[in-house]
Amino acid sequence: MDDTYKQDKATPQLSESTRLLLIITKAWSWVFLALILVFFEVWSQIEVGRSFLWSTYNLQSLGVAAVQILMLALGLTLVIVASHIDLSIGFITGLAAVMAAVLIRLLDPFTNDLYLIALDMTLGAAAEPLKTMFLGDLLGVTVGQSVSVVIAIAGAAAIAMVPGLINGWMVSKLKVPSFIGTLGMYGIARGVALLIAGGATVSIQNDVARDWGNGTHFEVPYIVVFAILCAVAFHYLLSSTRFGVYTYAIGGNYQAAVRAGVRVDRHLIILFMLSALTAGFGGIIYTMRFSAGAAQAGEPILLYAVAAVFIGGASLTGGKGTVVGTVIGALIIAVIQFGLVFINVAPYWQFVAVGGVIIIAVLIDQSRSTIDRLRSTS
Amino acid sequence: MTEPILSARGVSKRFGGVQALKDVSFDLYPGEVLALAGDNGAGKSTLIKAISGVHHPEEGSITFDGRDLSGLLPGAVRDLGIETIYQDLALADNLDVGLNLFLGREIVRHLLGFLPVLDRTKMRTESAAILQNLGIRVPDPTLPVGNLSGGQRQAIAISRAIYWNARLLIMDEPTAALGVPEQRLVRDLIIRLRERQVAIIYISHNLNDIFAVSDRILVLERGRKAGERKASETDDNEVVKLMMGSA
Repeated sequence: MDDTYKQDKATPQLSESTRLLLIITKAWSWVFLALILVFFEVWSQIEVGRSFLWSTYNLQSLGVAAVQILMLALGLTLVIVASHIDLSIGFITGLAAVMAAVLIRLLDPFTNDLYLIALDMTLGAAAEPLKTMFLGDLLGVTVGQSVSVVIAIAGAAAIAMVPGLINGWMVSKLKVPSFIGTLGMYGIARGVALLIAGGATVSIQNDVARDWGNGTHFEVPYIVVFAILCAVAFHYLLSSTRFGVYTYAIGGNYQAAVRAGVRVDRHLIILFMLSALTAGFGGIIYTMRFSAGAAQAGEPILLYAVAAVFIGGASLTGGKGTVVGTVIGALIIAVIQFGLVFINVAPYWQFVAVGGVIIIAVLIDQSRSTIDRLRSTS
Repeated sequence: MTEPILSARGVSKRFGGVQALKDVSFDLYPGEVLALAGDNGAGKSTLIKAISGVHHPEEGSITFDGRDLSGLLPGAVRDLGIETIYQDLALADNLDVGLNLFLGREIVRHLLGFLPVLDRTKMRTESAAILQNLGIRVPDPTLPVGNLSGGQRQAIAISRAIYWNARLLIMDEPTAALGVPEQRLVRDLIIRLRERQVAIIYISHNLNDIFAVSDRILVLERGRKAGERKASETDDNEVVKLMMGSA
């Protein structure tokens, strides 16, 4: 073979400053998280006279704030990697919150009956001694209530996925730009949630729901454990499976994915349904935390979720982003949110600070593309 | 004469009011290079997309190795041994060499015996071996292919076809975006693939390229077949006349 064919390109020599910039752009979100933690720790030691981090309550509050952001951001990460956007998740969260509350209210009066039916269905004849043992006593009520909570969770999650299905269908089959399509769904989900809730907050009195939403195990809130499990599942899905590679391929070069035989329409529908599912879980968690479902449950979180994904390294042009990055992004925003309150800064500064961090994230993404070009052309 | 590996009979395709292909028929034999010539909009791309399963013609039939291709999706067509290399390279710039080579047919191993995970290492080593076979070195196989040169990216697309044992290779303007040495690489590669009895459909605007590599030339003109000539029995003038619809 002719030697001229050997397109050997030596690894480009980068200058010291470019290399430093490269490291910063790769790891800046971790560094940034560490910096703001140090900042709030020092500030609260001086100003408030208490430790910011050395407090179970503070860490729990941080975790819970991060969970609410993360539940919307997880599914959104996949959608953004595929170079789409889902703006409807804020109100899908609200829809799921209202639905969970409505279902629990609807089911609670029948919980004992539901409990009995559940026993019969699972155990058959062996259920008889259990019925007499638990019926009417405290445990019986608990078991009955958990039956209605489980049904409500399943029902609310299923209903939350309906707008996701429609989003995916619009974007893939009807070729509606996702920005516009999901903006329309934002309005629809908001209206439907408000209609179902009658324009008010739907409160519930279910001890099991309250316990699941606020309980802890070894000081770790259940919902934090649940969010970690979700994050692990999504990380596996995006980083280690064919489904993940196809998500990146669709975001990187849609035509390449089509030509490689990826069923892109079906893939996009699943992505939007996953996005709606995690947003729905966010709403269900909200209802269980506050024992009330509100149509506005996800409204303030939408901006934070979008920010978390971009801070985590995703790009508007698609093809980039990781679940780990999104988790860091959600933590950064939670720390800013909670930290500013803790050091007695007017809460409105939260919006200013989060907005500033979004702009920093975009600037860093820009410089990253510049560095990539430098690396490939030098 | 051996059996043709690919036969198109009366293939027609419309897009709304536009008749993109009208009653096109041809045969292709193993180890033969067929050049598709024609002006912009003559139907060259539609024809190869009809073969590769991206478009489905309304009329006519395409058979490959005795099998009817109608209704098959691109993945199924590829599985039969028809690989397409497109002018826009059909690579996902954000994925590395290994993942691009194996896109749609990833190697998966099972963690703890049940959990399927992508075997990135295996895909990288396999693709490094394939590229080495072609005499192309890539600086870092973990880099996204967007960071590689046009020739390297083309080489990845070609090595993908070779790895998957393509029996019919469709090339759409494979040299359009390449420098002169890289164009030679692609032309030599076509000749080598022909020796391996791979059938090749080659689209180019460049008549020099066409005469350098092809055995037969099929000329399309506004969706119709304007003519079919052996490369050794025709010349630039005749082909251009056919392309203009004036022969």
